[in-house]
Amino acid sequence: MKLILRVWRQDGAEDEGRFETHQLDGVSEDSSFLEMLDQLNEQLLEEGTEPILFDHDCREGICGTCSLTINGLAHGPEDSTTTCQLHMRKFSDGETVTIEPFRARAFPIVRDLVVDRSAFDRITQAGGYITVRTGSAPDGNAIPVPKDDSDKAMDAAACIGCGACVASCKNASAMLFTSAKAGHLNLLPQGKAEKDKRVLAMVEEMDNSGFGNCRNYGECSAACPKDISLDYIAKLNRDHAAAKVRKIFT
Amino acid sequence: MFSSSLGKKYLMALTGIVLIGFVFVHMAGNLQVLLGQDKINAYAHALQSLPMPILWGSRLFLLVCVILHAWTAIVLIRENRAARPQGNDVEVTKRAGLSSLKMGLSGTILLFFIVFHLLHFTIRTVYPEYNDMMTTVGAPEGEEVHDVYTMVLAGFQHIWVSVFYIVAMFLLCGHLSHGFSSVFQSLGIRSDSWRVKIELGAKAYAWVIFLGFSIIPILVLGQKLDFISFFEPSLFSDSLAVR
Ligand code: HEM
Ligand code: FES
Repeated sequence: MKLILRVWRQDGAEDEGRFETHQLDGVSEDSSFLEMLDQLNEQLLEEGTEPILFDHDCREGICGTCSLTINGLAHGPEDSTTTCQLHMRKFSDGETVTIEPFRARAFPIVRDLVVDRSAFDRITQAGGYITVRTGSAPDGNAIPVPKDDSDKAMDAAACIGCGACVASCKNASAMLFTSAKAGHLNLLPQGKAEKDKRVLAMVEEMDNSGFGNCRNYGECSAACPKDISLDYIAKLNRDHAAAKVRKIFT
Repeated sequence: MFSSSLGKKYLMALTGIVLIGFVFVHMAGNLQVLLGQDKINAYAHALQSLPMPILWGSRLFLLVCVILHAWTAIVLIRENRAARPQGNDVEVTKRAGLSSLKMGLSGTILLFFIVFHLLHFTIRTVYPEYNDMMTTVGAPEGEEVHDVYTMVLAGFQHIWVSVFYIVAMFLLCGHLSHGFSSVFQSLGIRSDSWRVKIELGAKAYAWVIFLGFSIIPILVLGQKLDFISFFEPSLFSDSLAVR
């Protein structure tokens, strides 16, 4: 198939950036979106121009490194799918495809389609962990976990931290990510001990990083390749309010 | 408590709940216009005669809620604009409904409506002659009360006034259909199994509020334009129409 690609090019965080249009012929319907971009980059190299930079790693939908807003949708038109798992058969021959970076003040553009998502790492570092003494692994069933809680924690832990929630949110809010990371640990007995501290620290870091405020549109969950539910945002709101109130009395 | 991004949402939701409750009580009160001149006049008189601290305390409380609500909305929206300095070239919406996307617009028009409404029927500076409408209907023995019934019927004789009221109530309907369900999310008092029920409940509530408020201007306008005759024809005398 043949495609017209409108790709965002930007030399660095300070550069203004612009769209560049390229025609690409002979794209296989079976190739992934990233393989299509590889093909475009080979063409650009042959023409003697700079290839387009984009993020990728596992290419099997589990690492959260790939990104891209494709025709206005974070990770493209297919639901519950990362860009690396998106196939070209989802596009039609001759289609114009617009490719943009994940846009948010908290995700500064490094170059072209690569953005710096270390704000997510800082949120995780603020409280997305459990303080334990390391040593040999504990006995598997030493701490009983109700099935319901472990299922919910597992669903939250499915978050790969790709940033599609921020990119798809009209307000560039990081609530879905933060709530998944906090919710995952807050649901489990090992994490409950530090629940209040965790929630307060993670929300503070999220706010300091320059993300927007949630307005309950639900665009994040609709774009999430792992279908993280808005439930976790409600839970974060609840846990945060409770932590604030408890803090007044301690 | 209210300084963080989540805190501002709590403030939005808590002041929103107060306003949600207020609009229902206000609507129920207004509907007494349909029960007749004596009922609504007596009700309005009873409200006006509440002890000063209660009357002015509630007015002040409502005013503070509206101001906090609108002010927080402005802060939220400004911060959100700053959070994405450069938007997408292709802008797509997957799930969010129109009423949720237009909360700022519906809220702003509502703010104008609230100011107009107070000047119109409460402070009565838009048509100062409403101040002179006094009657014994609905009044305690040997007293005169403000004739709210006639004022409302006279007020809605102006087509533009009725249309503005109905449009504003339609926007309130949109504002509430997102706002009322949003409250549960912002305060974290819901789960996925409740989400659909809460959203339906909020929509139903919003439509009840719309119909409850709009029915009065609709009936008055309908009668003026000779579609319906609900109110006592004597009240539609020439003198009333002029007002
Ligand atoms: C009759 C009066 C009003 C009622 C009953 C009302 C009710 C509500 C409710 C319940 C919410 C949801 C709170 C939440 O996010 O959980 C809300 C949100 C909102 N209100 Fe109002 N409101 C009223 C007037 C106004 C006014 C005058 C403005 C003017 C600026 C306004 C602007 C907003 C905005 C922008 C939001 C959205 C906040 C967000 O999505 O983050 N509202 N309102
Ligand atoms: S490259 Fe790892 S998830 Fe797409």
